[in-house]
Amino acid sequence: MNLDIYDFYEKMEKSNIMLSFKGEVTSELLTSILQIMENKMENLEESPKLRRKVYNILVECLQNLYHHIDHEKNGASDSPNKSAVFMIRKDGEAYFIITGNYIEANKIDLLKGKLEKINSLSKDELKEYYKEVLNNGEMSDKGGGGLGMIDIARKSGQKLDFNFLPVNNNFSFFSLNIKVSPN
Amino acid sequence: MESLNIEGSAKTPTIKFEPATGKLLIRGRSIPENSIEFYKPLVDKLEEYAGSPQSTTNVDIQLEYFNTSSSKCILDVFKKLEAINAGSSEVVINWHYEEDDEDMLEAGEDYQAIINVPFKMVEMEEE
Repeated sequence: MNLDIYDFYEKMEKSNIMLSFKGEVTSELLTSILQIMENKMENLEESPKLRRKVYNILVECLQNLYHHIDHEKNGASDSPNKSAVFMIRKDGEAYFIITGNYIEANKIDLLKGKLEKINSLSKDELKEYYKEVLNNGEMSDKGGGGLGMIDIARKSGQKLDFNFLPVNNNFSFFSLNIKVSPN
Repeated sequence: MESLNIEGSAKTPTIKFEPATGKLLIRGRSIPENSIEFYKPLVDKLEEYAGSPQSTTNVDIQLEYFNTSSSKCILDVFKKLEAINAGSSEVVINWHYEEDDEDMLEAGEDYQAIINVPFKMVEMEEE
């Protein structure tokens, strides 16, 4: 297969992609990506408020990918691919953080249920739900304990835009598209 | 009892705890992938301190960012402080936030609603 790099470039240029990555998500990679995005937003002279929102949501999105991959490594599952993909694009004033990763078919219902619950809640209800989960005494081995998606929904002020694309009988590809606006 | 000094990094905050004066400071960013491991020395130290605390315990939380992985650990730290406050030491938690950082103020208020310790919300001017 001939890879048309110019075609890639054009598509990325047209979609205003600031940064994209496909591969294994490591702790060191996250440190670098966060640093790069901080510098880019500083150069673009974004308001401190928008910078903080993008940064916070980016941390949660990327650490979701990190923990997911870590889990696949330690688990007995036979994932078709350990890598994930993410892109950061800017359209007008808004930033979009898009992530994609494989998920085992038998885990979809649980995650989908959580995301749908989050999307059904109002701003005030989300705040109460966050406090409830924060204080429920449950801690995942990584410490997140299911707060990440609630936090993303709260900080972005948007419904979670997600999709599960079936890949084969055992796996789907889970994607999340988060819009972060200045207001 | 010895002081606890942890130097900050790109993903972890500076932590200074002086049992001799009852002062605790957490400052910077708290976005490690594994926060349980990071906060364990502080939680352990507070557990030890709870046995013979100062008459007042002054806590300054000055976080620029924290991830949800840290948020449960910070709650654990506050629960230790709640127990200390219920005992023989008067605890105050000073929650610092930058002037237009509503999310950080709200995060402080979330903890305030859960933890039975007096909170002071301290607004800082932007650098």
